[in-house]
Amino acid sequence: MKNLNMDELTNQYYDVLKELGNIGAGNATTALAQMIGCKVDMSVPKVQLLDFNKLGELVGGEDELMVGIYLQVEGDIEGSMMFIQKKVSAAHLVNKLMCGMLGVTEDEITSHEFGEMECSAIKEVGNIITGAYLNALSSLTGLKIYPSVPQLGIDMAGALLSVPAVEFGLYADKILLVQTQFSDAVELDGYFILIPDMESYEKILTALGVM
Amino acid sequence: MGEVYKVGMADMAVCSGDDAVTTLGLGSCIGIAIRDPGTGVGGLVHIMLPDSKEIRNNTNRPKFADTGIEDLVDAIVKKGGNRNRLVAKIAGGAQMFSFGSGNEAMRVGDRNAAASRKKLSELKIPLLSEDTGENYGRTVIFYPKTGDYVIRAIGKPEKTI
Repeated sequence: MKNLNMDELTNQYYDVLKELGNIGAGNATTALAQMIGCKVDMSVPKVQLLDFNKLGELVGGEDELMVGIYLQVEGDIEGSMMFIQKKVSAAHLVNKLMCGMLGVTEDEITSHEFGEMECSAIKEVGNIITGAYLNALSSLTGLKIYPSVPQLGIDMAGALLSVPAVEFGLYADKILLVQTQFSDAVELDGYFILIPDMESYEKILTALGVM
Repeated sequence: MGEVYKVGMADMAVCSGDDAVTTLGLGSCIGIAIRDPGTGVGGLVHIMLPDSKEIRNNTNRPKFADTGIEDLVDAIVKKGGNRNRLVAKIAGGAQMFSFGSGNEAMRVGDRNAAASRKKLSELKIPLLSEDTGENYGRTVIFYPKTGDYVIRAIGKPEKTI
């Protein structure tokens, strides 16, 4: 890390990163909406510089049961990306994809245990939408971005988020991330979280001509 | 019932009496609980990485097993604990995602557990019990008065080590 000091990040950088999140998540949300045939909304992305001990609160609570798709990013930029949502939301998503096979009532759907097929479906969703996110980033910056095969975790939010946090912890005491929330009218509610490593932030900002 | 103090990632807390310390959603991190059974003073540190010496940017002491344990011991002694009576229990160090075993960074849970054991043995603090490894997250509550270290995981019965 040569020029970029996290404590000196100006509003301009935040705005650029926010716009990146906007474009990436916009593509991802569109891909998601096409896949399930429903309207999906997204929030304005938040760019945050967080202390590690605040990380769990980011998505609601450290011990909230969540389904996370985690993948590592390689190529010109390195880092990780997570697509994380509450178990209930993931169940609804899978149910939509599998044409209602999980059940009809709210209770049938949310109490459904994830088997191999459900996990595979959610992984595939993760694959497609994180791919859409990263593709958009790649075409915007001209940087090569290769995602790894996504991994699925169903566990407490804190435990899932600790994985990218530990990686970032190698470089810094705070974690810089671009977070976008997506939701539909009733059932879906989740986040895309992009965590490039420090050197990658510099590369992204340089590629966009702001550094 | 006393108060329950929350410990975040790369953070620690010390308490006594009926109070307890908790940390929610431990993944590959480790919750190291140390107490003095005589006075009932104890605490919990939530470490993320094994070794402060491997990292350039290492000012945050509770982030690492080595410096985190040192600081926790100091804090307990400062609050009235007897250095020679301290005992420890550890939990966490899971591997949350399986990216093939070759990836060093992904095995950080195991390395965290090993570094914690090593540091405790260097400081001659007996490790009474542990619940580490596997692939699931843990929420832990430590009661320094009794030494009970309660571990909750999703879809598993609560246990006390």
